[in-house]
Amino acid sequence: MPQTVAFTVNGHAVEVVVPHDDTPLLDVLRNHLRLTGTRFGCGLEQCGCCIVLIDGAPVKSCGRAIASVAGRNVTTIEGLGTPEKPHPLQQAFLEEQAGQCGYCLSGIVISAKALLDRNPAPTRAEIARALDDNLCRCGTHNRILRAIEKAAVRLRQGGRT
Amino acid sequence: MTLPSILADNPRLDRWLNFAAAGKVEVSTGRVELGQGVLTAMTQIAAEELDVAFERITVRSGDTDRTPNEGYTAGSQSMQAGSVALRAACAETRALFLEEAAQRLGCAAAELLVRDGRILRNGEATQFDYWSLAPAVSLAREATGSAPPKAAADYAVVGRSAARIDLPAKLFGEAVFVHDMILDGMAHARVVRQPNRGAALGFIDEAAIRRAARGSISFVRESDFLAIVGDDETAVEAAAAAAVDRVHWRGVERPSALQQEANWLLQRPSIDRVIGAPEPDSARGLQSYEATYTRGHLAHASIAPSCALALYRDGHLTVWTHCQGVYPLRAALSRMLKLDASAISVRHMQGPGCYGHNGADDAAADAAAIAVRMPGRPIRARWRRQEEFAFEPVSPAMVVKVRAALDAAGHPVDWTTEIWSGTHQGRPGGGATLLAAEALPDPPPVPAPIDVPEAAGGGATRNGEPLYDMAAKRIVHHLVPEVPRRTSALRSLGAMPNIFALESFIDELAERAKQDPIAFRLARLSDPRARRVIERAAKMANWSETEVHANRGKALFAKGIGFSQYKNRAAYAAVIVELEVEESIRLLRAWCAADPGLAVNPDAVINQLEGGIIQSASWVLKEHVRFDNASGGPVDWETYPVLRFSEVPEIAIELVASDSDLPLGVGEATAGPTAAAIGNAASRALGIRLRDLPLTRERIMTKLLAQ
Repeated sequence: MPQTVAFTVNGHAVEVVVPHDDTPLLDVLRNHLRLTGTRFGCGLEQCGCCIVLIDGAPVKSCGRAIASVAGRNVTTIEGLGTPEKPHPLQQAFLEEQAGQCGYCLSGIVISAKALLDRNPAPTRAEIARALDDNLCRCGTHNRILRAIEKAAVRLRQGGRT
Repeated sequence: MTLPSILADNPRLDRWLNFAAAGKVEVSTGRVELGQGVLTAMTQIAAEELDVAFERITVRSGDTDRTPNEGYTAGSQSMQAGSVALRAACAETRALFLEEAAQRLGCAAAELLVRDGRILRNGEATQFDYWSLAPAVSLAREATGSAPPKAAADYAVVGRSAARIDLPAKLFGEAVFVHDMILDGMAHARVVRQPNRGAALGFIDEAAIRRAARGSISFVRESDFLAIVGDDETAVEAAAAAAVDRVHWRGVERPSALQQEANWLLQRPSIDRVIGAPEPDSARGLQSYEATYTRGHLAHASIAPSCALALYRDGHLTVWTHCQGVYPLRAALSRMLKLDASAISVRHMQGPGCYGHNGADDAAADAAAIAVRMPGRPIRARWRRQEEFAFEPVSPAMVVKVRAALDAAGHPVDWTTEIWSGTHQGRPGGGATLLAAEALPDPPPVPAPIDVPEAAGGGATRNGEPLYDMAAKRIVHHLVPEVPRRTSALRSLGAMPNIFALESFIDELAERAKQDPIAFRLARLSDPRARRVIERAAKMANWSETEVHANRGKALFAKGIGFSQYKNRAAYAAVIVELEVEESIRLLRAWCAADPGLAVNPDAVINQLEGGIIQSASWVLKEHVRFDNASGGPVDWETYPVLRFSEVPEIAIELVASDSDLPLGVGEATAGPTAAAIGNAASRALGIRLRDLPLTRERIMTKLLAQ
């Protein structure tokens, strides 16, 4: 039975009609809403490529049924910043050139935002632990850690979140 | 000046660049962006040689309709070979425009120069620029190699770090990957994979698969090729997951647990050859030393499974793919589909980092095979995660036995590296086949067993010869045609196990001679560039000032070194690691000094060297394609774990200055040295020699218990 599910994405109210209420949130974002910035990595909740925020908490969207998102606030990478007005995390990742293929970055930036929202001054070890749910295969880990440290400093100094 | 070989193969200048849009330069390269920053570096090269602002340049890449044929983006060749061709094409173009301007101005070309595309005479502006002269200067001509590129001393753009042009779109979540492409009317597809060549499709429980889909799907079937297609990706995915157990196959072969160990290779028939010098009389009768090293199969384990789109319309097939070589793929698709190559366009789109030949080409073949059977309908074929792990080619297991005759001081004077390996060349353009072609009617014959030729750096033999000075060296290569799984190219090919073996062996010889491993290396290494990177790494790591082997509480700490010049002709790199061993190995720090020749984009070079260190550390500490689990192989990140953020060491990298104007490939340069450095450090910490990769806790415990 097609179902209508209403929720908020990046501040915009949306209503989607899905064939089943257990359709993964990731499929709804990518195929129904065409928000392809949230990437498919494994579909097994193991790699972190598809992490989004639901009411501020990091969630692997490939394993989250759309019905459970009804009425809630979803934030994806598209909701963080734009080239004209980047989020401090995006700015710091660009300054540190923190990426190679970049496929993992959407999930990593979102995980980092969730971390800094709850812990504005993490140690490097705390950042690394917070990112252990995110895999990076190109080996840009250290650049990513440096970028997040840099963004944390700026956010503490009053940058916007 | 001689024409660079890639320019000689693609001599038409208009294939490389044009000034069609006012104020812009469009540059073409056959190299594709794999996350290594190649498009940024090519932009720098063009900006430098044309004297045009970086921002005016757009790069077209990997498109069989429009870009030069440079084969594969592989083997760390993009800068070493590809950028040199583009550089020469741009230098010649600039000279042609200056000649035209000189003629119109009635002056000597030597009085002219270019500044951001404008032509200046004795420093003063003229009325000419590239764009106003473009109609008069035909680039529909062949390069002659008559214009020398700039001297390195004059570089203003090349050699300075430039921000990667591909990175912003990735950080803002734009649809940059082929996975993100959406075409009007697109259907989603999954292939139900033939388990192995020759396996025959049996009963298909269509009803159960349709029930699992809970939505509309259809089957595309021909011979042993079976695909599930539908409008709704969620339904197609659910059907594909269900199909794994509801499609029956005859003639299924499964690799055995025995085959997951490299030593299995020693009992198989092989094609044998010897490369190098015979043993000199002077080496006979000397004391000798021998040791054998192994490494299991490795997966590319790209962060996401492969994907491709294809559309067959009006007799023309267009394929969008993240493969490494659009021209070789087009040739392979042409053979598979019996469609003339001129009726096929292959376009590169970015994908997850591949590090070699993963499932990308096969996913493109899947999309193409379905598309030609559904004309007019764009087809998006995406592999499942489990499928990528189970069906992508793996890097072959290797056994490397090193034997040396030693002089009185314990230094090697004669050296033999004996190698057993499956092929590292399984690319469809290299004679191998596409998975879809094996399942479709009239499958191509089993490819002849060949490996990458030494002229291209070798496959299993890559870096099998040490750079150290000695009377004679040789490689004995046993190519084992029978492999438990399809094997092909993974970052550095045979160089990683070979350098692990060679550099472990050198450490063993140093231990026997009771000498410092670095002093031991330098005593027989005359190449000054090699010496410089080793000496610099030693300095960075405070090698001489630190007790190399120390106990602090329970854990054992040690440093170790590894060195190579990749392929003995690309970048030089020395890596030192510090690690602790308690129950397992934990990397603490790594230092790397590298000589990349001309570093076009130094920050991108460092990024590549560092990525190579981390990926190699992951291979060495964690990775092994095992066949002894319930699924008969890895299927996910639990059955194939890789290094995580909290396990990555701090890394310091320094580039050793070089006055060369030739860039040397860097993408694979640290893989071997890192593996050797970890092996040497861990062996030193434990006081036992570890010769079998990966260095998992399980293997180390087995080794310790055997002592």
